[in-house]
Amino acid sequence: MINKNIVIVGGGPAGLEAARTLRNAGLTPILLEGSDRLGGHLLEWDSLFPSNQKASEVLESLTADLEGIKWFTNSKVEEISRIKDIYLVRTSSGYTFQANAVLLTTGFSLFNATLKQELGYGIYDRVITNADMERYFATGEHPCIHEPKTIGFVHCVGSRDEKICNRACSKVCCATAIKQACHIKEKFPLAQVYCFYMDLRMFGRGWEDMYYNAQTKYGIRFVRGRVCEVSEGMDATLNIKAEDTLLGKPIRMKMDLLVLMSGIRPRKDTEDIASNLHIELGTDGFYSPRDPFIRTNESSNEGIFLAGTCTGPATLPETFSSARSAAARIIEYLESK
Amino acid sequence: MKFSGIQKIWSEWEKEIPDDHWFYVRSCIRQNFFPASERRYLDIVRGNLGRDIFEHPEHTTCGGIAYHNECIPQLTQMTIVGRQFSIMTESGYSNYVCSCVTSFGLYCEALNTWKEHPEIEAMVREKLWESCHREFEIPKSLVHASDLIYHLRHEIGAKAVHKLTNANTGEPLRVVDHVGCHYAKMFPTKGVGGAEYPHVLSGMVEAWGGESIDYPERRHCCGYGFRQYHIKENRGYCVSNTHKKLESMEPYHPDFIITNCPGCAYFLDRWQYVIAHQTRHTYGGPGQGIPVLTFEEAAGLVLGYDPWDLGLQMHQVAVEPLLDKMGVPYDPAKKYLGTNGKAIPRPELPSIIRCC
Repeated sequence: MINKNIVIVGGGPAGLEAARTLRNAGLTPILLEGSDRLGGHLLEWDSLFPSNQKASEVLESLTADLEGIKWFTNSKVEEISRIKDIYLVRTSSGYTFQANAVLLTTGFSLFNATLKQELGYGIYDRVITNADMERYFATGEHPCIHEPKTIGFVHCVGSRDEKICNRACSKVCCATAIKQACHIKEKFPLAQVYCFYMDLRMFGRGWEDMYYNAQTKYGIRFVRGRVCEVSEGMDATLNIKAEDTLLGKPIRMKMDLLVLMSGIRPRKDTEDIASNLHIELGTDGFYSPRDPFIRTNESSNEGIFLAGTCTGPATLPETFSSARSAAARIIEYLESK
Repeated sequence: MKFSGIQKIWSEWEKEIPDDHWFYVRSCIRQNFFPASERRYLDIVRGNLGRDIFEHPEHTTCGGIAYHNECIPQLTQMTIVGRQFSIMTESGYSNYVCSCVTSFGLYCEALNTWKEHPEIEAMVREKLWESCHREFEIPKSLVHASDLIYHLRHEIGAKAVHKLTNANTGEPLRVVDHVGCHYAKMFPTKGVGGAEYPHVLSGMVEAWGGESIDYPERRHCCGYGFRQYHIKENRGYCVSNTHKKLESMEPYHPDFIITNCPGCAYFLDRWQYVIAHQTRHTYGGPGQGIPVLTFEEAAGLVLGYDPWDLGLQMHQVAVEPLLDKMGVPYDPAKKYLGTNGKAIPRPELPSIIRCC
């Protein structure tokens, strides 16, 4: 089995963890990353809930020891073809790799918040996204964040929204919003911070504590209702219209900063890859596993495996678990050949 | 506001507007509130811009007011739409342009319903045939009258006699727009620039030398809202919405408001008088309101039409300060003369807000 080739498509957390696991099992996986750096979305995030551990620390531990892994950046996969039991993976860097198994860890895209035009992202300076906020936490710099007095977090932007054809929950935005709300409150203790939510889905271990602390320790105010319109006043403050469904009333507020919690969506190339490899997509646009209970890492096409958020929204621990189980399943598959 | 962001949206929400040969249908209420707007619209499109636009004396209401007040069911309303289309078809036209924003929304709604449910279209055709032996073709193009002026705005700008500028200083006039709710809020792809940041009116303002001003309640309803006004008990709600809009635009000191919806022009204009009575507050400075122009009136002023031929004497809020600012000549003595040169009845003028 030592001579078998495994190509992993995507050098984010799932790809890195799967590569490490396969390497530790004595294999030499080939890891292909389309961008110029390994790490995926971890590169864009400052800290991780619920422990607030730095994303860079997690990434460092993932990339500290890549010996035995052949990894290539700037290597976007352009085509995957199959000859008998061998897959040929052609990349934008001009190489073609032979593989006995291919693991897709292509991840997700953050929802493009400009599509929710009514929320004003890309139009008003003080409307930012969760990714912008993480960048601010990492660098301490944002041209529009100067001692904000009122800050709003809008949950479910691009998630659970029929208007943009996505009924699905993104799973991690509630916890991310609360983490960011507490963090910004620490930076600006005098600021009043609001979270506009539909439901708070705090299902993970330690998440409910985060929510409790957000209310009791940080004084974050939770408003059950969606923001429906954002406009800009003369002094560049934001005027928002929302609904408080517990009060049963429409509300208007002024905000110095509004943070949109962009949800998790399939990458643009998911459909092309699925079509190329003849693997099935779910109604949410993510890859479908062969079955949802036992063979969660197998695609509908033999030899093509799946891990991480390319199969739908997942937390980071779930992503790592998925990557390790995919590696184990690939080993079983190759041994059976 | 980031102009680049807005431009990106506008580039993604373009609308195809044919250049010529139009079948025109009027609005029920605009003919009563601001009767010259539609007449001058036809004059501008035909006379100034040399386009073929046709209206037929047998066209009727679209049924919108009755439909939105739940007096008639949707099938009846759609059969009226079918009849309108049949007159267009019989007249040899396929590009349909309507004066009323509510009608525009309803035509979009009918066409979309028929597209999604062909069986409903078949039923409408059957009912139309049963009731008046008419048949129709679906219009190749459906636009609102303001879309057509938007499409031709640069031609109008090139022929401008008066720009939307201060004649003394050369500074652009500060213009706030109000786009009717039914223009694009129901079908965003049908509006120039989409529903959230429509370009249909601001595009005209910029093409004619004015400055379009963004204000917080730009997207808010004018207050009409059909049942807010037509049910008498709800009229306070109607005024309160207009009040919100006026309060929101006041700090920007606009020179005038431009609208593309019959009801909006009416309520933004008339309620300024009511609010002045209720609150002793006027929005254009002491004793002055903010003039409200329909897009046809604005185009007419730019093209050099006489303000009284445009029907500006029918406005509640005095337009004279705006005319003076633009350097538009007018004869106060002719303000209340009819088209036959004879005096028409003068309205009673309130003291609380200037009306002339």
